Amino acid sequence: MSNDKKTLADDLDLSGYREDAPEHAEIEDLSRLSPEDQQVLLMTGIDPTGKERYGSFFQKDHTVVHCRTDFEGAEIMSVTAARKKYDGLKEYWGKLVPADKDVYTRRAEEHMEHGYYIRSLPGAQVRYPLQACLYLTEDKLAQDVHNIVIAEEASNLNIITGCATAPHVRSGLHVGVSEFYVKKGATLSFTMIHNWAEDMAVRPRSAVILEEGATYISNYICLVPARDLQMYPTAILKGKGSVATFHTVLLARPGSLMDVGSRVILQAAECRAEIISRAVSTGGKIIARGYISGEYPGVKAHLECKGLLLSKKGNIHAIPELEGKTLDLDMSHEAAVGKIAQEEIEYLMARGLSEQEATSLIIKGFLSLDIVGLPENLQKELQQMIDQTDTDAM
Amino acid sequence: MKNEYLFELKDFHVWVGEKEILKGLNLRIKQGSVHVIFGPNGSGKTTLLNAVMGFSGYRVTGQILFHGKDITRLPVNERARLGIGISFQRPPAIHGVKLRHLIATSAKTNGRLLDEYARKLNLVDFLERDVNVGFSGGEIKRAELLQLLLQDPDLIFLDEPESGVDLENIALIGEYTNHLLGKKLRPQEDKTMKELRREVSKSGLLITHTGHILNYVNADVGHILMGGRIACEANPQEMLNTLQECGFQECYRCFRKEEDHVKR
Repeated sequence: MSNDKKTLADDLDLSGYREDAPEHAEIEDLSRLSPEDQQVLLMTGIDPTGKERYGSFFQKDHTVVHCRTDFEGAEIMSVTAARKKYDGLKEYWGKLVPADKDVYTRRAEEHMEHGYYIRSLPGAQVRYPLQACLYLTEDKLAQDVHNIVIAEEASNLNIITGCATAPHVRSGLHVGVSEFYVKKGATLSFTMIHNWAEDMAVRPRSAVILEEGATYISNYICLVPARDLQMYPTAILKGKGSVATFHTVLLARPGSLMDVGSRVILQAAECRAEIISRAVSTGGKIIARGYISGEYPGVKAHLECKGLLLSKKGNIHAIPELEGKTLDLDMSHEAAVGKIAQEEIEYLMARGLSEQEATSLIIKGFLSLDIVGLPENLQKELQQMIDQTDTDAM
Repeated sequence: MKNEYLFELKDFHVWVGEKEILKGLNLRIKQGSVHVIFGPNGSGKTTLLNAVMGFSGYRVTGQILFHGKDITRLPVNERARLGIGISFQRPPAIHGVKLRHLIATSAKTNGRLLDEYARKLNLVDFLERDVNVGFSGGEIKRAELLQLLLQDPDLIFLDEPESGVDLENIALIGEYTNHLLGKKLRPQEDKTMKELRREVSKSGLLITHTGHILNYVNADVGHILMGGRIACEANPQEMLNTLQECGFQECYRCFRKEEDHVKR
């Protein structure tokens, strides 16, 4: 949106990153990856065995090394292949995130090395998620991708995207343009998990458009340090009765800067939206943004940012914004930044938990969101990921 | 002599800020014995339990002995680990933590027994809910009991177990409070006497304003807490009868007469 340039600082020095990466060989099966790599993938929501997944896409640096689906109701391939197959994807390419939007979208246009294309066919019910992983294995590499996701009419599409760095990588740049099209009566659940090296700079640029009766559920989870992460995806609710939900879970350790928000524009009758974020800082800085614009009478939306600040070196800045542009709107927000109540810690200690165990349990509880509309298995996986987060190191 | 008393308070003083709330309590509880403390609102009953558990916000002098060991300076969780449990009057809600998960993390016993007790306390659905979030008064008290039954402490503090509980719930809460205290010895179809006598070695300290819970729970010794001091050591049912007839006013009269004695 137009206010990007004002609110988001473009202060990254891009000169230190490499553009070229060696080509990698194709991988028949993700379970043949090294145990170290597989461990990283598991903590990024990507299941190397592909069990309970309808398909997988795996891009290593600049090479798409694995891509398959056995499911006939969906396509998953590199966006380069899709553009060849579908005449450049003209209807979709750059329509939601224009190439000239900012320095990163321009980068992505110039240096683009693949990205994924995922499309569910009309009426298809994708029960298990399709998984897509963007993996960085070269230090100081810039990975620029462009992703296109299309949920065709009345389909139900479920995607997990994991973006991660290999264990030995210290720094790098990840720029990802993503455009999502949720067509009439379709539902798209999109879960993105970031698992970066400490010194990564990350710039996703995403937008979603919803047609009549469409539903979009976004879950974004980042529980590991990232030196500089900045994203502010936008959902445009263009069709009557469309619904968008954004859930964001952030944990910022010392040295991390996470500037993350969600933006929803409600443009048609009976549209609804909800933005919920949970932010924990143990020393890092989090800017938790949210913006809702009501542009059609009768729409409903709610924005909730809650932050736990656990170190005096940390900083949580909640910026919830509501903009009403017509009559008869029902929009609200609540924001809170605070600490863990001593009473809660002592309650758990009275049950025999140590102070550290009690604190860790409360933080994990704070971060775990009951996400309505998410498949049960996925909900369990996310909970596991939060449960396994090492809060002791804090 | 050793361990004749499971729990002892010696010259126990508690301050909140500059204000002295408890002014030198002495209390001894034998193994297997359940004591009740009556007291008007604001007499420091909850302060007593909180300070004995080691919660923050209280300055304490004197001694707390448990199994003969001085626990006055131990952190809360170590007191719990030694075998002290507490049912909170108004416990906090813990968002995002399921009751089942909390019990699995903290309790001594688990598994089948958890589900069994949950069924008996009508809490099966609550196991999958966030701890105390949106629970009614009775649900909170039943959830506290469930946690304690599985924590299985030797000494149990019960802070107003009947407050905010409707009549339907109070009988159930009374029944399982008795069970928790090992006081339920009435034969029952679904339980053997051995099970009922499960742990007669359990001790308890029950705090009540109304005394209503005594219609359901068998207690051995009663006390009055008033003006920061403990007085009386009598049959709790008789004390309750007197209190119901004459109110705490009667205790004030008695207190004034015995002031010197109480001060010692």
